[in-house]
Amino acid sequence: MKKVSVVVLAAVVAALSLATGAATAPSQSTSLTIYSGREERLVKPIMDRFTRDTGIELKVRYASSTTLATALVEEGRNSPADIYWSQEPGTLGLVGARGLLARLSQATIGKVPARFSTRSRRWVGTSGRSRVLVYNTNELQQGELPASVWGLTSPRWKGKIGIAPTNASFQAFLGATIHLYGEARVRAWLRGLEENDVRLYPNNTTVVQAVGRGDVEVGLVNHYYLYNLLAETPDLPVRNHWFRDGDPGNLVLAAGVGIVSSTQKATAAQRFVDFLLSKWAQRFIARGPGAAEYPLIDGVPRRPGLRPLSTIKGPKYILGRLSADLTPAVRMLLEEGYLK
Amino acid sequence: MTAAGAATAVSSHGRRAPRLLVTLAGLVALGAILPVAYLALRALSADAAARALAPASTTVELALDTAVLAFGVVVATLVVGVPLAWLVVRTDLPGRRLWGIAASLPLVIPSFVAALALLGAFAPRGLVQEALEPLGVERLPEVTGYWGALVALTLSTYPYVYLLAAAGLRSADASAEEAARSLGAGRFRVLTRVTLPAIRPSLAAASLLVALYVLSDFGVVSLMGYSTLTTGIYVRYESLLALESAALLALALLALALAIVLVASRFRLRGPVYRSTPGAGRAGKVTNLGWWRWPALVFCATLIGLFLVLPVGVLAWWSFSADPITGRAGVDWSAAVGSASMATATALVAAIVVLPAAVLAWRYPSALSRWLERLTLLPSALPGIAVALALVFVGARIGAPVYQSLGLLLVAYVIRFMPYGLASTRASLDAVSPRLEEAARSLGRRPVGAMTAVVLPLARSGVLAGAALVFLSTIKELPATLLLKPIGFETLATEIWKGTSIGAYSEVAPSALLLIVIAAPLVYLLSWRNAWELGATE
Repeated sequence: MKKVSVVVLAAVVAALSLATGAATAPSQSTSLTIYSGREERLVKPIMDRFTRDTGIELKVRYASSTTLATALVEEGRNSPADIYWSQEPGTLGLVGARGLLARLSQATIGKVPARFSTRSRRWVGTSGRSRVLVYNTNELQQGELPASVWGLTSPRWKGKIGIAPTNASFQAFLGATIHLYGEARVRAWLRGLEENDVRLYPNNTTVVQAVGRGDVEVGLVNHYYLYNLLAETPDLPVRNHWFRDGDPGNLVLAAGVGIVSSTQKATAAQRFVDFLLSKWAQRFIARGPGAAEYPLIDGVPRRPGLRPLSTIKGPKYILGRLSADLTPAVRMLLEEGYLK
Repeated sequence: MTAAGAATAVSSHGRRAPRLLVTLAGLVALGAILPVAYLALRALSADAAARALAPASTTVELALDTAVLAFGVVVATLVVGVPLAWLVVRTDLPGRRLWGIAASLPLVIPSFVAALALLGAFAPRGLVQEALEPLGVERLPEVTGYWGALVALTLSTYPYVYLLAAAGLRSADASAEEAARSLGAGRFRVLTRVTLPAIRPSLAAASLLVALYVLSDFGVVSLMGYSTLTTGIYVRYESLLALESAALLALALLALALAIVLVASRFRLRGPVYRSTPGAGRAGKVTNLGWWRWPALVFCATLIGLFLVLPVGVLAWWSFSADPITGRAGVDWSAAVGSASMATATALVAAIVVLPAAVLAWRYPSALSRWLERLTLLPSALPGIAVALALVFVGARIGAPVYQSLGLLLVAYVIRFMPYGLASTRASLDAVSPRLEEAARSLGRRPVGAMTAVVLPLARSGVLAGAALVFLSTIKELPATLLLKPIGFETLATEIWKGTSIGAYSEVAPSALLLIVIAAPLVYLLSWRNAWELGATE
């Protein structure tokens, strides 16, 4: 048994030294901890550039926006995070509504159009994304597509629609639509989709893939998933379609950032937020490898081939309302059996 | 009854459980209870709005759907795993050592990767349909929902049954079979009346692990579009940060898990199954398959083809293309080192910390020892995010340098996966007669000496199998890793996640393949060493 005890002892020592090694890592005099719901592959160059420009070290924890939000809630005032960068305005709103995000300065908020921030100044948008209908170009011509998202309940689309009800952007779209048109109309629409044998998918990527394979002909997603998949499969027979001006199906959403209210490093955190709204960072967000979102400050060009943001006319809706409007949306999805 | 009171309680063998053993087992159970206590705390603060998001009708419906899936997967894994173990351990199947290794490997394929691969292969117009296109196959039926989840989960979990059944068959007593044969029982009768009952503890333990795994799984069921309590928990966390509503569903999940644990212990406790011979035991007789080797080979080839070759093939197919975004192909070697070292540390720590509870339950059975064991099993039924948030809740309050250190991550891993070590160790202890320990004691061995010199060597195959299961589970863990790892520390699972989160499967494949490569030597060592030590090779 001697051999075994030696092995065990060595392992315990190794484990302890691993643990203490991490604990005693030298702490930077100026460093920020970022909780990033934005993928490392898409934003790491921005992080590196910030450190190079400012000398402020960044410690970035990457996970999904919602997972990080639940962690922020459980950490409360003990959070090690200084910055929360999220894909979802709804999640930002929910975290902000719990008092976990500090107020941003008016100057910061003023850098982006008013519809991409909130009046409470808890977060500010870092990029724009639009809800769209993706369609299979082998099966459909542009002219056959519905003019409004309401039109998807027509028998014409029976068995041909894909949605992702667990997706936060879909829920945001539904919440905004409930706010604008009332519960009854949206519930009727959901029931109409159900009668049309709408197919449910786990996320936006799988919806676009299903449209590409022809499992369904159209799907409700955000505009940039198409470009992620086109990078991998250039001949994917899928394109984006926008509904008529003002249609709720064209809702424009934002990814955004906020400063965690328990931070001791408010000045450095403010610098990071301002950096994300700088020309260089906005250009990278809009045109970096794999990127296809809309920049939010003036004078930064969007990705070539993308429809101009100013020509996308969504419904008149204030994204700051989402923290309140998501609950009725999710409850309706539960009641109608789209979620369980 | 308090712990101190129980320590002086007299066991059914007429001996008091040593106070130290009870204390140690109690401490470990306390760690296991942490997530349960956290969830109870959250559920208690649920107001009417939180309860409205988790109504009883939905909870019951989800619990039933979860139970039906768990039952289906348990049956499927037994149907697949037991014959496979018997063929590999007890017959002259050609190439059985290789089959044995191949049979264990799917355990390291993260279940959501398995689901992605199955979906990629069997989608109506996926890779398999493409391959069959020349034969005029234009569309395949879809593999989603219940049956899709069943296949993908069977793929990920049947190695539990295979490994524990094989360990049980190796350490099972040959003399009982020989006695049965000499009394005129036919081969089939020996198999069903002697051999299988002898490994019943192993099968009960493995089925329990499979069921708890199904309860905790999110990756497969979400991709296959099948709703369970775990997807319900995720919906509530992710859509509304409704921590209290999620906790209510999580408590329902724990209740279901407890019911399954109780059912499993009934199966295990039906009479003693000790080996009659002391010492290292002889291997069971190797059955000459004769003509039957051909159907047996087809059986093995079909299973390995579906559960290993197919997913690995899809991964290899994906890995052909370089990542279009970063333009790089290949793997992060530091992530591989991170995965392997943390999984090794977790396996060793888990193997050690479950010993008090296992020995207590085996040697001094009492209500207390049974409940300590059951409590220690429960966290493995919880989705990883719930365990992770429990440690976020506690860890953030302790703060640096504990929070988000490798030490805390190790604790999270041990809490999540020690049930695999416990169940496996218990199953092999069940086959050791307590009389052997009594004999060692009466010959002057001290309690610890009797355990280490006599009992544990006999339970070795189960302890090793348990450590391997913990290793193979830890190496693919994701939710706790993302929230609790030190920043900058990467594992292969986090690398895989980075790719799948934006649908870049070409980035996923190399890391997933590397997971399998890392695990292969361990699996080989495990099956080979066991076989060699018990003299079960050629």
